Amino acid sequence: MAFESLTDKLQNVFKSLRSKGRLTQEDVKIALKEVKMALLEADVNFKVVKQFVKSVEERAVGQDVMNGLNPGQMVVKIVNEEMTALMGSETVEIALQPGKAMTVLMMCGLQGAGKTTTTAKLAGKFKQKGKKPLLVACDVYRPAAIEQLQINAEKQQVDVFSMGTGHKPVNIAKAAIEHAQKNGHNIVILDTAGRLHIDADMMAELQEIKQNVTVHQTLLVVDAMTGQDAVNVAKEFDEKVGIDGVILSKMDGDTRGGAALSIKAVTGKPILYVGMGEKLSDLEQFYPDRMAGRILGMGDVLSLIDKVQSSIDLDEDKEKEMAARMKKGKFDFEDYLESMKQMRKMGGLSSILGMMPGLGAKSAELESLIDEKQLARMEAVVLSMTPEERRNPKLLNPSRKHRIARGAGVDISVVNRFIKQFEQSQKMMKQFPSLMGGKGARKGKFRLPF
Amino acid sequence: MSEEKKGFFARLKEGLTKTRNNIVKGIDSIFSGFSSIDDDFYEELEETLIMGDLGVNATAAILERLKKQVKEQGIREPEACRQLLIDSIREQMDVGETAYDFETKQSVVLVIGVNGVGKTTSVGKLAGKLKAQGRRVLIAAADTFRAAAGEQLEEWANRAGVDMIGGREGSDPASVIYDAVHAAKARHIDVLLCDTAGRLHNKKNLMEELKKMNRIIDREFPDAHRENLVVLDGTTGQNALAQAREFSQVADLTGIILTKMDGTAKGGIAVAIQSELHIPVKYIGVGETIEDLQKFDANQFVNALFDIRTTEEGND
Ligand SMILES: Nc1nc2c(ncn2[C@@H]2O[C@H](COP(=O)(O)OP(=O)(O)OP(=O)(O)O)[C@@H](O)[C@H]2O)c(=O)[nH]1
Ligand SMILES: [Mg+2]
Repeated sequence: MAFESLTDKLQNVFKSLRSKGRLTQEDVKIALKEVKMALLEADVNFKVVKQFVKSVEERAVGQDVMNGLNPGQMVVKIVNEEMTALMGSETVEIALQPGKAMTVLMMCGLQGAGKTTTTAKLAGKFKQKGKKPLLVACDVYRPAAIEQLQINAEKQQVDVFSMGTGHKPVNIAKAAIEHAQKNGHNIVILDTAGRLHIDADMMAELQEIKQNVTVHQTLLVVDAMTGQDAVNVAKEFDEKVGIDGVILSKMDGDTRGGAALSIKAVTGKPILYVGMGEKLSDLEQFYPDRMAGRILGMGDVLSLIDKVQSSIDLDEDKEKEMAARMKKGKFDFEDYLESMKQMRKMGGLSSILGMMPGLGAKSAELESLIDEKQLARMEAVVLSMTPEERRNPKLLNPSRKHRIARGAGVDISVVNRFIKQFEQSQKMMKQFPSLMGGKGARKGKFRLPF
Repeated sequence: MSEEKKGFFARLKEGLTKTRNNIVKGIDSIFSGFSSIDDDFYEELEETLIMGDLGVNATAAILERLKKQVKEQGIREPEACRQLLIDSIREQMDVGETAYDFETKQSVVLVIGVNGVGKTTSVGKLAGKLKAQGRRVLIAAADTFRAAAGEQLEEWANRAGVDMIGGREGSDPASVIYDAVHAAKARHIDVLLCDTAGRLHNKKNLMEELKKMNRIIDREFPDAHRENLVVLDGTTGQNALAQAREFSQVADLTGIILTKMDGTAKGGIAVAIQSELHIPVKYIGVGETIEDLQKFDANQFVNALFDIRTTEEGND
């Protein structure tokens, strides 16, 4: 799946890089190349990607790489922060008129974007909040558009105002507002026909409505699957009609939804809600951080990064010392215990594996290979050693091994195999110091898989 | 919002305004604007293709092929690249000779796709087109889910002057298909067009429902020529590839109807779909009236992709 590609790619790219204390220009450039691809795959507009990547680069070069992260992850962290900030750092509500005053909302967008369904969904939300919405059928073109609105309104138990297909939408809107005033409705939602942003007559129709009735909020409904053209659409609607907010529809699909970033970038208008299904209750709050993760295709790597940040609490000296020892191949059983402790703090191995989107189905496979029970048994073996034995594995003669096996409640062969594996990995660490924390030794010892 | 962020938006807006101006000039300016075939030239081409929604992979493949040809044929002028590019995409997008056989055979056409792409409208347009060719057409309204879907299709049936078999909202769409197939046989219908409810391709149970409809047609009308058309919105980006991939698991897709090509989107994802799944675009939707369905023309498509205005189109 495309979703996994960024993680996988970064993994490959950063394998060859040494971990460093600071992000160099080269680190950032290499990582951002992959980020750029991922954003394009997610349908973020080409121009937006270019600008975005440039501003991230400016910010990232020279930054300290955080403990527990490698340069790739550090870049992703910065990308994610920038993206979330760009998309609006907090969730925004539709602004209603104060007190008992009536609010008029106008829905607009391309054909098939999901305006009518969204209108009915919004009505349900407002009704829940004790408002009295009136839905207005201003789509006089599409066959059965009015019936669709009426049926949905009935399901939501809200009122509809319609004058059939024989009137101009502006006149319908005017009459609807009078009707609403007389009947105590405090929210009016105008459902307009889908139209192309380059259709001058149809765009003029929306302008005419706005010139003749007070529209408090104009909401653009955009299909989350929209491609590169999203910027043209959003920009035209904003310039010609003026929009106050955006609702993304069909987010229950598997699209990465890069259009959200493009639209926010060109209009600067907040994304208010996301449509999450065909049921009339399927309208959810928009969360910029989740959207950023989705567009990046990083799954929960981002939350993994958070977790690393909050759980690695080795003090710096201890960490430096350990890294130095690793480099010399002097990683002993005490260090092993410490590693296990850290891993548990991060929720255990299976939880870490589960958060790696790059692994996907493979994570289950790996998990079965690694087997936490096995790890627990190994830990029991180490705990059965004396502190001297842990610090100096050379002491482990056959009789000591037998004692340890008894203490841990395992067969002697298990102890032998474990010690052998341990010696092998010690050798490996000596050969490849970069694998285990590298020369800077500022980094934690957990090498996440990219 | 910080000063920096505003700067970002402002810069971006400027960039986009320029882009729009560039679009009008189209790729002509790329080919004529470069004096030699260099990295900048290829970069510009890449941008054009990606902005046309071809996606990163299809774009890379096309450029790689182009670079190879340029090398092999010793081409020096950017201008000469234009024809190479057009030819290679056009060749790839060729629909083949048997693509429209169903129009003249006794056939059942199953129309599927995600929500709001233009299935119902396309069924209406197709009905009108076939009817005008003197074919006996019947429409099955197998969207029993969406509010007023039946009424919408009924209007299209009226416009086209053909009959429709429908079901009540909430009834089993497979039974509508069953009824329609039997009605088609009994009435000696040439082409049965089946409209279905929009569904996202990642909804397993809804995809199963489609499989069932497909099976019923196969079982109840084995002699009929089968045509399974997926409707894709030309405005859709990379997700259209996933849509085509998933819908082809439901039924053997024989073609694509690419809609809303009257907007500014280029529909370039169809190129990526063609190269991965080998499903040809058979029709394009270019508006909301009954005439606004055209047979796919690879030449026109590629020209629009690069915005090369031919003389007759010059004033639009
Ligand atoms: N501009 C333009 N609009 C189109 C085209 N095809 C369809 N539409 C419009 O797109 C909207 C959705 O079309 P429908 O035919 O209802 O789409 P659908 O796929 O049947 O939708 P659901 O059944 O709700 O999933 C309508 O407003 C159509 O008029 C086209 O080629 N160009
Ligand atoms: Mg429909």
